[in-house]
Amino acid sequence: VHAVVLLKEILDWELPASRFRVDAEAKRPAADLGPTLLGPFEQNALELALKLRDGGAVDRITAVLAGPGDSVDALRKALALRCDEAVHVVWDGIDTADPSQVAELLVAAIRRLDAPELVLAGRQAGDWDHGQVGYLVAERLGWAAAGLVLQAEQSGDRLLVRRAAVGGVEQLAVRPPAVLTVTSDPSLVLRMGSVMDRMAANKKPIERWTTEELGLTADRLAAASRLRLERVWVPEVERRCEVIDGDDPGEVAATVLARLEELKLLTRSA
Amino acid sequence: VIVVATWDEQELGAAAREALGAAAQLAGALGEDVALVCLGGDGSGPAAEAGTHGAAQAVVVEGAVGAEGALAALAEVAGELGARAVLLPSDDRTAEIAPRLAERLGGTAVTQTVGLEISDGRPLWTRAAYGGKALAAVAAVAEPVVATLRRGAFAAAQAGAGTAEISTRGAPATNGTVELVGMEPAASGASLEDAKVIVSGGAGLGGAEAFGPLEELASLLGGAVGASLAAVDAGWASAERQVGLTGKTVSPDVYFALGISGASQHLAGIGGAKAVVAVNTDPDAPIFNTARLGVVMDCHTFVSAMLERLRSTQ
Repeated sequence: VHAVVLLKEILDWELPASRFRVDAEAKRPAADLGPTLLGPFEQNALELALKLRDGGAVDRITAVLAGPGDSVDALRKALALRCDEAVHVVWDGIDTADPSQVAELLVAAIRRLDAPELVLAGRQAGDWDHGQVGYLVAERLGWAAAGLVLQAEQSGDRLLVRRAAVGGVEQLAVRPPAVLTVTSDPSLVLRMGSVMDRMAANKKPIERWTTEELGLTADRLAAASRLRLERVWVPEVERRCEVIDGDDPGEVAATVLARLEELKLLTRSA
Repeated sequence: VIVVATWDEQELGAAAREALGAAAQLAGALGEDVALVCLGGDGSGPAAEAGTHGAAQAVVVEGAVGAEGALAALAEVAGELGARAVLLPSDDRTAEIAPRLAERLGGTAVTQTVGLEISDGRPLWTRAAYGGKALAAVAAVAEPVVATLRRGAFAAAQAGAGTAEISTRGAPATNGTVELVGMEPAASGASLEDAKVIVSGGAGLGGAEAFGPLEELASLLGGAVGASLAAVDAGWASAERQVGLTGKTVSPDVYFALGISGASQHLAGIGGAKAVVAVNTDPDAPIFNTARLGVVMDCHTFVSAMLERLRSTQ
């Protein structure tokens, strides 16, 4: 089975809120907040692809990165982990694109690949947090979909999937072709490549596809938009923390409990 | 018509009442009625409360199994009713259903919404982005809108007078490419969404064994145990305990953040807490910016002291 992993580079998600600013005019984060990195859920999706290959369910992995022209580190990382091919779909508009437009682009790229039967995507890109692209890709390809996947393995012609659900974990049997969106799980921490593989990755080719090559004119991408972004801002946080000091932990605990009772937030039978 | 979906089995829960509250606002502005679609169990309990909570009709769909069943049922009902919006509580189930439903209806999904205003007769949704570090106002280009609503962000519909016309139908068939073969129920423990007190642990706890005392503390306070993404990723707590943007959105009276630094991802899930009590050894941890009460202390020491205090006053 040929699997495709959808990658995205995003602003460091651990950037503290105190340093986060937006460019209100451009309706996006300020340009100087630092480099972009392979998103956390995309890392989980990549690790799941590698695990499926370890287990024999997948024999070929293509990493697809949609993004502006200036960074392909995520694809180098994918190649260093022995993904077979890397495709960079170049689109400068991705920063403020809506999920429908991104899906339009990715569907065109997936259709151009050699008969993939499985697409793995992060549950949501950690920038705009829409959490839609994987599902829209599935619907537009007419493929099965399963979201918030924690683990997957092959069983005959199906994939047995464990996924996060309301009230616990659901077990699904999914018949490919399918799109899985992947969430974090202790088993999906992205592995480290070897130094040798990393050096070899620098010599491997990265295919560059433009939107025009995918048959997507600017008009067509604009027409795919479903969400109009009107305004972006940083919510104000008012600090009003009352620090409870003291050397004796017992007294600190007693003060915390007493304050919560005074604030009528805690009632104790005692 | 504005469609609200619920999976509640016995009676209308808080999430459904919040969605009905938002639906009433939207319906009023657009001159539409509200319909409640009941997908859980036999649905008769929630359906009976639909009218008193502002819905003109309730549609009970029996036997809609899993995400596939719900998706097919909602697509059918929303299509028949000519829905202009479908409002869903934001959770692990609707994360998948909302975008797929919007696509099937030719509309627009708007996820993780925290606010709604009507601007020039059109709904403008506020949603969280960048792990809660930013808010964005968005408008849908194509109807219907399928919106997921974050818990605690919308005022719940209050019970009043009113009756709804109730109809019952079977679930439409699904194509069988995705089959629900099993369910591993979450370990018992109080539900995070409904807890009045949450005792939550993060990376600062240092290991899975530290969650034992947290369980006891939560139990003494009549609350539930939560965890940060870091603690879940480390395998110290199960995924259904995770609070944050990609976990549960909670609105307790008191939220104890123990060894949690306060990444935006986490803060996005606790905006509805009336008070956060932060305990961290780092006085500069961002969690103190959100906290009502702060204690700069090793969290094991704090938990031990709390347990001693609570046991002695029991």
